[in-house]
Amino acid sequence: MWKETVDYLTLDLLGLTGRINETVNFFIYDTLKIWFLLITIIFVVSYLRTHFNTEYVRAYLQGKSEFTGNVLAALFGIITPFCSCSAIPLFLGFIQARIPIGVTFSFLISSPMNNEIAIALLFGIFGWKITAIYIGFGLIVAIFGGYFIGKMNMQKYILMDVQAMEGELEEIQIKLTFKERVKEAWEYTEEIFKKIWLYVLIGVGIGALIHGYIPADFIATYAGAENPFAVPIAVIMGIPMYSNAAGVMPLVEVLTAKGMLLGTALAFMMAVTALSLPEAMILKKILHIKLIGVFFLIVGLGIIGIGYLFNFIL
Amino acid sequence: MKIEVLGTGCAKCKTLLEVSKEAVAKKGGFHSVEKVEDIQKIMDYGVISTPGLVIDGKVVSTGKVLTVDEILAFMH
Repeated sequence: MWKETVDYLTLDLLGLTGRINETVNFFIYDTLKIWFLLITIIFVVSYLRTHFNTEYVRAYLQGKSEFTGNVLAALFGIITPFCSCSAIPLFLGFIQARIPIGVTFSFLISSPMNNEIAIALLFGIFGWKITAIYIGFGLIVAIFGGYFIGKMNMQKYILMDVQAMEGELEEIQIKLTFKERVKEAWEYTEEIFKKIWLYVLIGVGIGALIHGYIPADFIATYAGAENPFAVPIAVIMGIPMYSNAAGVMPLVEVLTAKGMLLGTALAFMMAVTALSLPEAMILKKILHIKLIGVFFLIVGLGIIGIGYLFNFIL
Repeated sequence: MKIEVLGTGCAKCKTLLEVSKEAVAKKGGFHSVEKVEDIQKIMDYGVISTPGLVIDGKVVSTGKVLTVDEILAFMH
């Protein structure tokens, strides 16, 4: 239905043909499709989220054994919101509740990686299979990354002295009605959409130009199977792009269609969301640079491993 | 009433502080609005997703910016 409407618009109403038609058609169709999915998915996730706040997760994780804790923390990371601005209270709050540092890192890796914008875009662009692969392997990186960091005796690199609390956490009780939850979810969706609609437009725009005008050999040479270092390069390039996930993902779609290998694309997207430079800067206030370095190194290597694995098996 | 906005200085925290002031102005009477930036104090309230809103020592909201009306409802 969408496809026909856009075809009608560009072919019949605007009278475009050939490459220009292909480019404009792709641009309009992709923008509309991604916007629609973004709004729907962000709304659903925000609604579910009103049932799980971070304080609740902390109370739940308290006292869980190590490996189970890593798994649960990574899973909770999918549903809870994460803003790099509250990384510090979150980190210290977890330590205060005697949650092991490794479990805390599992949460800290999973939460931004499985953010609602990334998931909505992945789903819209690549479909549910790739989204499931992304989430599944993202969880593996979060679980084992956190687990290894926990085994490395890094407590001494937490620069702030946190007094571990005694006893159990008292749960903060915040009651909301169904109507309030829907309202809150909708407001949040609006807020996010206002922030990213333009990036999507720009990302799809550049993608559409590549789609129409850049030959596939060009991409394949640099990002395809012919370049054995494509995966690590993609991961390094992904680090500074955190705030632009919304614009980057539509580009990746076109690059994969033009010959970039899927594992390289996956590794790139994971690096964009999980390795965030602004988050590292904020955490530097409470964590020694060595610990942040280890965090980036372990997650980075995990992602690169997944990239190569996928290029190899797909 | 004593209203405290918990936050370490992110944009959302500043917005919540402004909204709280507006709510107090709308309600009238004597109420204090205070910004709490000390991380230790924020953790003492058990809040780990900022901004948080505390009214008379009780945490009423975490991790989001509220509207003037929502804050007024909490002040009832």
